[in-house]
Amino acid sequence: MIEIKNIYKSFDQKEVLKNISMVFNQGETNLIIGRSGSGKTVLLKSIVGLHEVDSGHIFYDNRDFTLMKAKFRKKLRQEMGMVFQGGALFDSMTVEENVRFPLDMFSTLSFAEKQKQVDFCLERVNISDSNKLSPSEISGGMKKRVAIARAIVMNPKYLFCDEPNSGLDPETSMVIDELVHSITVDLKITTIINTHDMNSVMEIGDNILFISEGEMCWEGNRKEILQTENQQLQEFVFANKQYQKIRDDKIKE
Amino acid sequence: MHIFNQTGRYFALLLRVFSRPEKYSLYIKQTFSEIDNLGVKSVGIVAIISVFMGGIMTLQVAYNMTNPLLPTTLIGLGNRDSLILEFSSTIMGLIMAGKIGSNITSEIGSMKVTEQIDSLEIMGVNSASYLILPKIIAVVLMFPFLYILSVFFGLIGGMIVGPAVGAVSVTDYLNGIQSSFTPYYVTFSLIKCLVFGFLIASISAFFGYTVEGGAFDVGSASTRAVVNTNILILVWDLILTQLLF
Repeated sequence: MIEIKNIYKSFDQKEVLKNISMVFNQGETNLIIGRSGSGKTVLLKSIVGLHEVDSGHIFYDNRDFTLMKAKFRKKLRQEMGMVFQGGALFDSMTVEENVRFPLDMFSTLSFAEKQKQVDFCLERVNISDSNKLSPSEISGGMKKRVAIARAIVMNPKYLFCDEPNSGLDPETSMVIDELVHSITVDLKITTIINTHDMNSVMEIGDNILFISEGEMCWEGNRKEILQTENQQLQEFVFANKQYQKIRDDKIKE
Repeated sequence: MHIFNQTGRYFALLLRVFSRPEKYSLYIKQTFSEIDNLGVKSVGIVAIISVFMGGIMTLQVAYNMTNPLLPTTLIGLGNRDSLILEFSSTIMGLIMAGKIGSNITSEIGSMKVTEQIDSLEIMGVNSASYLILPKIIAVVLMFPFLYILSVFFGLIGGMIVGPAVGAVSVTDYLNGIQSSFTPYYVTFSLIKCLVFGFLIASISAFFGYTVEGGAFDVGSASTRAVVNTNILILVWDLILTQLLF
């Protein structure tokens, strides 16, 4: 479980996050949604410590990350996996080497054991036939899958995904969503996903935080979002008529 | 104020670079890979530039020796000492700042703007140390070797060009490069090479690691890295010449 309490963050006196608090549950797909520029990525990067918060606290299973010394933070980060927007795969390594990298760096396993774990993760994301290719030789969707495989190879307790569906076609987006959701449930990890993809919201949003202009506007789940009376959220989610229809159909069900 | 800010950030980065590695074996592997990439792959350009540099120096010394009483062996001697003292260390340092330095800045800068460095940090890896330390070790280790190669190829260049244009015979040239040799000149230049190697790798890495934005900014950072490294190489050349002579 990850809990954030009264998070404030500003850049050059511009307040980007204002008093955000939320509990992200274990074994659930937690979504942070909001318009572009609303502060989603800053919030996610603040949670993982890539940005230092101005004030507030972040707890990882009751361990206060904000007060932790660098040495302990580094240790805690070995329990995290993150999927970046562009995949952030290492260009100089093959798919297999990318996934094996955290094991090479931190584990004491033998090469055969590491390989077994890498093969298992690549199979988990259905990409086991591309392990010798370099990142420049695979598609955007495959890059995301490799990034997911790399993020779960150390059996993390916390998984973070920054817009995992950006730049992907709807079908591949659904595959990625289902993959992340099933990994979250199977491995009982705490997953936080940044997204503005409404398909993701409707399909895998167990716990949703909506932020607008750096402020927390709404929290709930995918069922509650259909009945929300929050004006800003309605404008964001149901801007497209297709989603209005989905809402109406789901309500009828 | 900007220069103090940048200097402070540079030393703060160096503190992170020289912290304890997570896994020595991986760093050693990375260092060998950088030795190949930054050092061994520079041998070709060093050889070509040095042959021409030696040839041109030989011609310049020969054409400026207008007094017929001066022995032609001085042509080889002049070429040798110029190469050992300045050309193969300082001039090669400036050239390597362009070749190796821009390579380091663009590689690390690209990793920064594509979030690969963030990705390392999230894994719990000290990205500054993992990416920069092997490069610094590789360049500092390889630069003295490149210097020695440069002197060798420069002398070969002189031996080809001098006799080819009739400025000096091969025998006089060979006698010249063997006469009045001062071993300390080599020691002095090797010390300079170690300092220049460190400057090239660390300054270029700093500009790459601190880049913000996109591809355009990586290009600008590479240019700034080369310019700043060149200036600092010349400043340190002056300081070391004053200190060590």
